[in-house]
Amino acid sequence: MPVVEHSHVDAPPWWSNKRLRLLLRYALLSIGSLVIIIPIYLTVVNSLLIPSQLSQQPPPFFPTHPQWHTYPTAWNAGNMALYLRNSIIQTAIIVIGQLATSILAAFAFAFLEFPFKRTLFVVFLATLMIPFEVTVTQNLATITSLGWFNSFQGLTVPFLATGFGIFLLRQAFLSLPPELREASILDGYGNVRFLTRVVIPLARPAIAALAVFSFLASWNQYLWPLLVSGSNNKITTVQIGLKQLAATQLNQINVSLAGTVIAFLPLIILLVVFQKQLIRGLTAGSVK
Amino acid sequence: MTLLTPVARRRSWGLAALFLLPAIILFAIFTFYPFLENFKTALYQTAPYPGLPSKYVGLSQATSILSSSAFLQSLTSTFLFVVMVVPLGLLLGLALAVAANKTIKGIGIFRIIFSSTVVTSVAVGAIIFGTLMNPIVGLLPWLGINPNPPLLQSPTWALPAVAAIAIWQFLGLSFIVMLAGLQALPDDVLEAARVDGAGAWTVFWRVTVPMLSPTIFFGVVVGTIYAFQSFGQIDILIGQANAQQFHVNVLLYYIYQSVGGTNPDPGQAAVLSIALFVIIMVFTLLQLRFLERRVHYAGR
Repeated sequence: MPVVEHSHVDAPPWWSNKRLRLLLRYALLSIGSLVIIIPIYLTVVNSLLIPSQLSQQPPPFFPTHPQWHTYPTAWNAGNMALYLRNSIIQTAIIVIGQLATSILAAFAFAFLEFPFKRTLFVVFLATLMIPFEVTVTQNLATITSLGWFNSFQGLTVPFLATGFGIFLLRQAFLSLPPELREASILDGYGNVRFLTRVVIPLARPAIAALAVFSFLASWNQYLWPLLVSGSNNKITTVQIGLKQLAATQLNQINVSLAGTVIAFLPLIILLVVFQKQLIRGLTAGSVK
Repeated sequence: MTLLTPVARRRSWGLAALFLLPAIILFAIFTFYPFLENFKTALYQTAPYPGLPSKYVGLSQATSILSSSAFLQSLTSTFLFVVMVVPLGLLLGLALAVAANKTIKGIGIFRIIFSSTVVTSVAVGAIIFGTLMNPIVGLLPWLGINPNPPLLQSPTWALPAVAAIAIWQFLGLSFIVMLAGLQALPDDVLEAARVDGAGAWTVFWRVTVPMLSPTIFFGVVVGTIYAFQSFGQIDILIGQANAQQFHVNVLLYYIYQSVGGTNPDPGQAAVLSIALFVIIMVFTLLQLRFLERRVHYAGR
């Protein structure tokens, strides 16, 4: 696989022909894209088929009689509207909560002096070593004893603080020019005004990256919502709703796929809009 | 901060406490307490009937669970799953990133496509591929793949099939991480290697990959955690009743069944949770030991 250009003077091999290599690169890119896109494309096609068409060989690669009604069916009978609403509430609470706790704690670690600062920071870092999965058993007991089973509190409160977010924002805050701090003290700014008028506006890229990261993580949560939701759909999120919608009977597959497309589409739009922030959030820590 | 008077400093202590308190309380209740409580719960056996108190049994419960064939099978499945998903997912992500690491016409669209699986949830991925792998849907039979029993109901093929779905989903993250790593490489070193007359293939393996090692290392750690956390595909496509029979009862799914379900067994769940923690720790430490030694940090 030719990856980098180089300039041989003597007898270049056939592939060092610039145009040919460009063609090869496009061929590779196209094959990769097909691997990603074909399953998604077939899902959209299959969601529009008449159920009996699904078992045809060769499978239809285009909906000849598109069954658009599968989408309203998934939306209404499949409860997608309710599940989407619940997912939006869940995600909004978690993202706002994580931003608030992370900004405050990161500010304290970056700019304030207090006893046991180092020890406390190590304790916060230690939370990164304990995967949430390891704590679900007791957390379910805690949430139940608080009377929060099958409630949005139970769904969200365990996730309102994040060691990753605090660490990420502390790094971003520390990379701001130190003169800003002195200048703001001389200007008579207290800590709170320094935070709201200087630090938050200047660290917006890192805060946005954290927001997109925690959005994605909470929207796609599966284990905890499954454990903490009751059977009455009060807090059922899209992911758990899709599990209920997943059907194996031929005559319901198209509706279940329509629900999947409904769940997937908003995220693709968000990916296109927030690509830069998402990539910054996901790669924080990888290149350093 | 020399500019602060003692009064201001003491006010700063109070503010620090105020700012840190929410995170401290949340970590204490939902991270440290449940983690430590596992070690106590593991010593108590859950009563056979709900409502009865659990009984102190010491370590005997832990030893009997950890030596049971169900646990060993779960461990094997988990290990095989991680070994299939992480290297393949990273290698394919690296290949895509290398192909996309050049500013040519339309590259933005390719990059969005390659990143896109990062926004698919486990449920979305499971339903997309569950349908395509369904033997009554025409795709696989048309391609001549028509095993009996079907892919997802076969003790041999169910785990690789689920791993393939997880790889597809991990591809987006793997691509994003690898591309960011490639783009952060200093151009002058690559240029120097090329000027020295090294071929593209040689430059890639001798210069690019070693310089990319911190990124690859990060990818391995993130990928391993991702693989250990995956069980949603198994829950949706295979389900509790069949997971053990089809050899896909990975550790986290085993824990889930002990926590939720009709007969919750907190004692067993605690033992399994500690086992999961220890395994993830061991994996991480091994990676630190074997990979970090080879990792080449530029400029350090």
